[in-house]
Amino acid sequence: MSVDKSKVLIQVQDLKKAFGANQVLDGISTDICQGEVVAIIGPSGSGKSTFLRSLNLLEEPTGGRILFEGTDITDPKVDINRHRQKIGMVFQQFNLFPHKTVKQNIMMAPVALKLMTKEEASKRADELLTRVGLPDKANAYPDMLSGGQKQRIAIARSLAMNPDVMLFDEPTSALDPEMVGEVLELMKELAQSGMTMVVVTHEMGFAREVATRVLFIDDGKIQEENAPEEFFGNPQNPRLKEFLSKVL
Amino acid sequence: MFEKFGHDFYINFIKDDRYTWLLDGLKNTMIITVFALLIGICIGFLVAIIRSSHDKSGNFKIANAICKVYLTVIRGTPTVIQLLIMNFVVFGSVSVNEILVGSLAFGINSGAYVAEIVRSGIMSIDQGQTEAGRSLGLNFTQTMRLIIIPQAFKNVLPALVNEFIVLIKETSIIGYIGMMDLTKGAMLIQSRTYNAFMPLLAAAAIYLIVVMVLTFFMNKLERRLRTSER
Repeated sequence: MSVDKSKVLIQVQDLKKAFGANQVLDGISTDICQGEVVAIIGPSGSGKSTFLRSLNLLEEPTGGRILFEGTDITDPKVDINRHRQKIGMVFQQFNLFPHKTVKQNIMMAPVALKLMTKEEASKRADELLTRVGLPDKANAYPDMLSGGQKQRIAIARSLAMNPDVMLFDEPTSALDPEMVGEVLELMKELAQSGMTMVVVTHEMGFAREVATRVLFIDDGKIQEENAPEEFFGNPQNPRLKEFLSKVL
Repeated sequence: MFEKFGHDFYINFIKDDRYTWLLDGLKNTMIITVFALLIGICIGFLVAIIRSSHDKSGNFKIANAICKVYLTVIRGTPTVIQLLIMNFVVFGSVSVNEILVGSLAFGINSGAYVAEIVRSGIMSIDQGQTEAGRSLGLNFTQTMRLIIIPQAFKNVLPALVNEFIVLIKETSIIGYIGMMDLTKGAMLIQSRTYNAFMPLLAAAAIYLIVVMVLTFFMNKLERRLRTSER
């Protein structure tokens, strides 16, 4: 699968977000196309998570527009719930529903939103559990799983909605080191299957290997963006150079 | 001595079928408690949802203000006064069933306490749970119903049971509006037999048994709800 530049999924236009006097996002514009895997890196507090969370309006922008599949989702008249169904999200803290079994976690949204019958959702959940390599955990509760397993279930839950794009908010930052690999491996598979992904991450290896484009955000602005080879091999922005020298 | 005990027992409970006063009283106590509980839970959850989502997102400004007034007034005035106002002011000029008056008064009263209990439960659920639900495309109501409330309910169940127990015992003041409950039944026997010991102790024992049975079942329920934890 490759990037289809003609098909723009998300258009971000001069996005701004302020918490009181604190301007976290200061005019971000970018297009995310079908099949792209965009990695977002930057120092903590740079606004990269806020940017990602703005894409499905978990954070409400204070300026600019976000067009998802051509619809301006920052318009208050738009039914954001309908669009969120097509934008999957995976969190740093997993946020699985602890009162439901793994399988119920995956089935909940498609059934509640009447996109699938219980039987269809159950079948889909079984498929997804096999895909993420945890078919034997269907009836386990989230608290019985390891961090890596939780995150794989969270990805499966998100996939159950058949999203057009998936947002990952530092998906491996809360994991023990030995579990980072299994989650990254799954994300790599997802990317290879053609899923459009936006990933905020500290895993430079993943960004370099899997991403089709890397963004460096600092001070609420995109300071540099490029294909990974150029981005890591020949960084231009002095702050990016400094950042890379610290993390690589 | 046994003879006297036997005689007192006969006078207080057997003669004129006086034990039925206690049983009828208990029946009314239970009916009022159950209806008040239902009303209290409905009001409580509604108020809690409005209050907590106002605190988090700033929605429901007017409704939140109304809820705050309700909580302040109900928690700031004695239950007896509320009961008397319900009976002699609100329903002063119309004759309605005392069970309705009692259930409403106790239900509205209990709702204020349930609301604060449930609100603390909702606030105890991590914001990430709401975000996970909303990011899947569930709306506010679905997220509350499927994700937040079930977890909050489990967390506050012990406090809710406590409120339920308080409610059962608090209904003993319904005699103020002339209704025959368990307490009033015991007092009625006392007024006929001039014997306080037996009827009052019997009433106390019955309250105690009801509360113990209830606690037993609630503990079972609580254990069942905890199955999702290691």
